Amino acid sequence: MSVARAARLTPYMFLAPAALVLAVALFYPICYMIYASFLDWNPSQRIGEAEFVGLRNYIKLFGDPNFRESLWVTLKFAGIVVTLEMFIGVGLALLLDRNIRGMSVLRTLFILPMMIAPIVVGLMWRYMYHPTVGIFNKTLTNLGFDTIPWLSDGNWAFASVIIADVWQWTPFIFILSLAALQSLPSSAIEASKIDGATGWQQIIYIKLPLMLPVLIVTLLLRLIDSFKVLEVILVMTNGGPGLSTEILSLRINRTASEFRELGEAAAMSNLLLIVLLILTFAMFIYNKAQDARAARLRAVEEEA
Amino acid sequence: MPEIRLQNLRKDYGAVTVIENLNLEMAEGEFTVLVGPSGCGKSTTLRMIAGLESVTGGEILIGDRDVSRLEPKERDLAMVFQDYALYPHMNVAKNMSFALRLARMNKADIEKRVKDVAATLDLTAYLDRKPAELSGGQRQRVAMGRALVRDAGTFLFDEPLSNLDAKLRGQMRAELALMSQRIKKNMIYVTHDQVEAMTLGDKIVVMKFGEIMQAGTPEELYRSPANKFVAGFIGSPTMNFLDAELREEGGVLSATGDGFSIPLPEARKAQLQAHRDRQVHLGIRPSSFSEGSGGIAMPIILSEYIGAQSVLISEIGRQRVAIEVNTVVPIKSGETREFTVQGDEVHLFDPKTEAAL
Repeated sequence: MSVARAARLTPYMFLAPAALVLAVALFYPICYMIYASFLDWNPSQRIGEAEFVGLRNYIKLFGDPNFRESLWVTLKFAGIVVTLEMFIGVGLALLLDRNIRGMSVLRTLFILPMMIAPIVVGLMWRYMYHPTVGIFNKTLTNLGFDTIPWLSDGNWAFASVIIADVWQWTPFIFILSLAALQSLPSSAIEASKIDGATGWQQIIYIKLPLMLPVLIVTLLLRLIDSFKVLEVILVMTNGGPGLSTEILSLRINRTASEFRELGEAAAMSNLLLIVLLILTFAMFIYNKAQDARAARLRAVEEEA
Repeated sequence: MPEIRLQNLRKDYGAVTVIENLNLEMAEGEFTVLVGPSGCGKSTTLRMIAGLESVTGGEILIGDRDVSRLEPKERDLAMVFQDYALYPHMNVAKNMSFALRLARMNKADIEKRVKDVAATLDLTAYLDRKPAELSGGQRQRVAMGRALVRDAGTFLFDEPLSNLDAKLRGQMRAELALMSQRIKKNMIYVTHDQVEAMTLGDKIVVMKFGEIMQAGTPEELYRSPANKFVAGFIGSPTMNFLDAELREEGGVLSATGDGFSIPLPEARKAQLQAHRDRQVHLGIRPSSFSEGSGGIAMPIILSEYIGAQSVLISEIGRQRVAIEVNTVVPIKSGETREFTVQGDEVHLFDPKTEAAL
């Protein structure tokens, strides 16, 4: 092998181990899952014994009202939690963007929920929502109000899982928004004060527009995450009552383990994957557009 | 356009007092320059006038109105920032009209004002551009334009030219001077550059450690500095300082030191009697030296030829001095020449208080 050729191959040799790991850990399962989604496959069978059924699993899914309900619950859940979290998180950041004594302690406290394992979060909230000994109903009883069927009524259960998710993930948005806020050019904000902007006008006309790039990326990250949520809801409601909180990942889990339809579960996973890919791609495109814009501005600046 | 008065102004940051007791009056329509080394409190003073920094004590009066506790927007002022502080997400027209839009002025008026100001600042072609698509000088003009469209009573400038390169700074300085002649408003301008201060100011306020060292017209500050600090700060090249002693010989009082003796004018004799036979600091501007025989023989260590002038670095005794002379032919380093200094052009300072004598 010539020296030049070896030199050309060097980078690929260094990349090879990582590529291998990726292939085994990522591509293989994805291909496996795509293949599995074309099979009528029972967990008792080996994959080779399963019958190839083409697109039947997909067709069946779209005709299945339970799947459609589950998809709708997922979209509703993601839409509502992300909206609430964005409003509360950004709001808190705007409120706390100042030099308060003990701010660093406060910030650590705020992000604690994010650091607790999801299973623990689920258990915690399940206990708090407990119909008789849970803190919420106990408090309500003590104050002389009627108790609330937190997890036993479909609508309440949906609200309950939303509350838990908002509790856990608002800090994520809070912390990113706060970082964005604190990196804004202070002189532009001062200039707006001199120009006569009130506190609200500073937020609406200056701070939020300047934070927008960070907010968009944060939104997409949270959206992607909220489509994948599983453990908290699994522990709290296991999708019930009825299908009221059965988000897609829970349904996939049930289809595979309870209904023993591996092919169908794989098809569902693939659909979820496509949704997530679209979101990821949107984020990618957004970042690219930002980079391109920055590059163009730099070019103009160098010219000037 | 009312006058502005600062009365007993004080600013503390926690336990640190930045400005202790500042008193200053600025006449109506006056261009006042606050100048001093970094950390002298000039920017803090300006920011207190703007309302961006709270006032610990004392009052800021604009006309008869005490504005020291008012919000910036209630003070009727416009400000140009050092880093321009343009709104990055708005184009030039939007940047300039922001204050007017907030004030809910009608659209046709806003457009007219922006157009007029843009025309005077050569910005008409750039109205649709974002700040990032402009050069440094253009951004600077947008910042200026944003202040001008406001038609506020008072204009504040916080080192507006310091981010520009030397050539552009010279141009903008001239434009600013023209602008201030055209619109007679209160202008308060902060800079650390004494050339900007001298060329722009109707009145210059020299500050150090949060105190006013001297306030006056550029000429007053140059001709009769109140103390050694002002003498050293104003004028370029910097004034030379030499250790000397006041001695009287044959009825003539002279400032005498290592290698020189400069007779002082008869008129100052009475006033300086108390300092006879005492140490003083002698200040001589580089331009006060003139070449002539019978003067002090001085070796030229270094000659900086600038064209019409040369700045010579030399020594008197063991003390280094700069000399500014008109030159046609460059003077070579290594030569020794004789220079005289007129007694009425030297400044004397008390070595302890540094006050002018």
